[in-house]
Amino acid sequence: MSRLFDNFNKYRFLLVELIKKDIKLKYRRSYLGILWTLLEPLLTTAVLTFVFGGLLGKGGRTFPVYILSGRLLYSFFAGSTKAAMKSIRKNSGMIKKVYVPKYIYPFSTILSNYVIFLISLVVLFASLFVFDINVTFHILWALVPLLLLLILGVGIGMILATLAVFFRDLEYLWSVFLMIVMYTSAIFYHVDYSSFGEKVWLFNLNPLYLIIMNFRNAVFGTPIDIKALLLTTIYSFGSLIIGIIFFYKQQDKFIMNI
Amino acid sequence: MGIVMKNETLKVENVSMRFNLMEKKVDDLKDYVIKFIKRELRYQEFWALRDVSFTLGQGDRLGILGLNGAGKSTLLKIIAGVLKPTEGKVTARGKIVPLLELGAGFDSQYTGAENIYLYGAVLGYSRDFINEKYDEIVKFSELGDFINVPVKNYSSGMKARLGFSIATIVEPEILILDEVLSVGDAKFRKKSEKKIMSMLDKGITVLFVSHSIDQVLRICDKAIILDKGKLVAQGKVKKVCKIYEERMNES
Repeated sequence: MSRLFDNFNKYRFLLVELIKKDIKLKYRRSYLGILWTLLEPLLTTAVLTFVFGGLLGKGGRTFPVYILSGRLLYSFFAGSTKAAMKSIRKNSGMIKKVYVPKYIYPFSTILSNYVIFLISLVVLFASLFVFDINVTFHILWALVPLLLLLILGVGIGMILATLAVFFRDLEYLWSVFLMIVMYTSAIFYHVDYSSFGEKVWLFNLNPLYLIIMNFRNAVFGTPIDIKALLLTTIYSFGSLIIGIIFFYKQQDKFIMNI
Repeated sequence: MGIVMKNETLKVENVSMRFNLMEKKVDDLKDYVIKFIKRELRYQEFWALRDVSFTLGQGDRLGILGLNGAGKSTLLKIIAGVLKPTEGKVTARGKIVPLLELGAGFDSQYTGAENIYLYGAVLGYSRDFINEKYDEIVKFSELGDFINVPVKNYSSGMKARLGFSIATIVEPEILILDEVLSVGDAKFRKKSEKKIMSMLDKGITVLFVSHSIDQVLRICDKAIILDKGKLVAQGKVKKVCKIYEERMNES
């Protein structure tokens, strides 16, 4: 354990450099730069609000905030896991020549996406005032689902990064799977007993939905859902532990497959 | 056994490396499932190295001789820590600097200056160290204003020059050379050879892979011969080079 920590300390500078590189290169070639991170969720939220609120007549006055909060969390999860999945192959040149702890590639990828995600939360914060939402002390609870989201992302990202080394076509499968996750995360609808009946428990199987739910509770000033909190803690740490073990068991075989 | 004596810098003990090669490369799920159902998932074992042992002390300069496919690169990769041996172990003291395929770790969209920090971090340097040595690296690479241009616009010679300058800015205890004495144009080659020679004079341990017996004789004082993964000869460079020449003439 202490060896692991020493190792981490030694490569902390590399971790920072890799995160910086991801973020820098992402915005280097776009004129809007980091502004794009703020603009993009606003535009998609406008579209979703128009379709589901305007055309289908769902939701109320604060529906855009509801959509935005779900969408921001989902797009972090989707974007970061996709990028982490490709991270080992993308850095194969480096992995084959110089010794660097390999977990640093999926880990830095998730972290750089997380930094960008945190910046994009500024939009949500601004929307709270635009839509005149009563911000209470409950908002501090938002930190808990946000942290669990990061842990879940790292765990799933490590699992995918490992699998993708052996199976190139996993990318396509994961995209399809992400579509299922998106539609079951209640980004643009409400989950209640009246529309889903007995099947409402199925939503407990989607950790992302539960994280989004508690995040919304915090944002809208309602108390945190303890059951969802417990479940998401189990999901997040469970995936992290599985991810780490799986990655460490397979990492010596990476080099022969990339 | 197993104890590293004071002046031993590198100890390679009974190292073997096995690769499991699939008869046909299967790297997607679809193929894997089809082959699995048809029971066509056959692996072929291949030993790239078999029971290789040697010890180097401080200042030893080892030449590694062998034909293509003898296991030289595999051995270097194991010593550099990139590959983990199937059996046996490698104990190294101090910093290992591998001069293998210089510039392979560069990000092509990053400028030369940014890559100095990135590649430096990959090699395990600290930020302060790079800050301190930055000017020296740029000066040695002779890139001038090109240092602020993305690396994708570099020629292969420029990339190698930058890679060489970053990798050799430290004073390693163990240097791994894979025929990199031909970096860039004639002028830079002279300069890089001089730099390597000055490192050698400081008494570091060197592992040198080359096909040229002349180069090995010029640089090394010890040598080994690898043949199909096995260590067939080791000892003083003159003796081993002579054996190697004889073996070459036989075949």
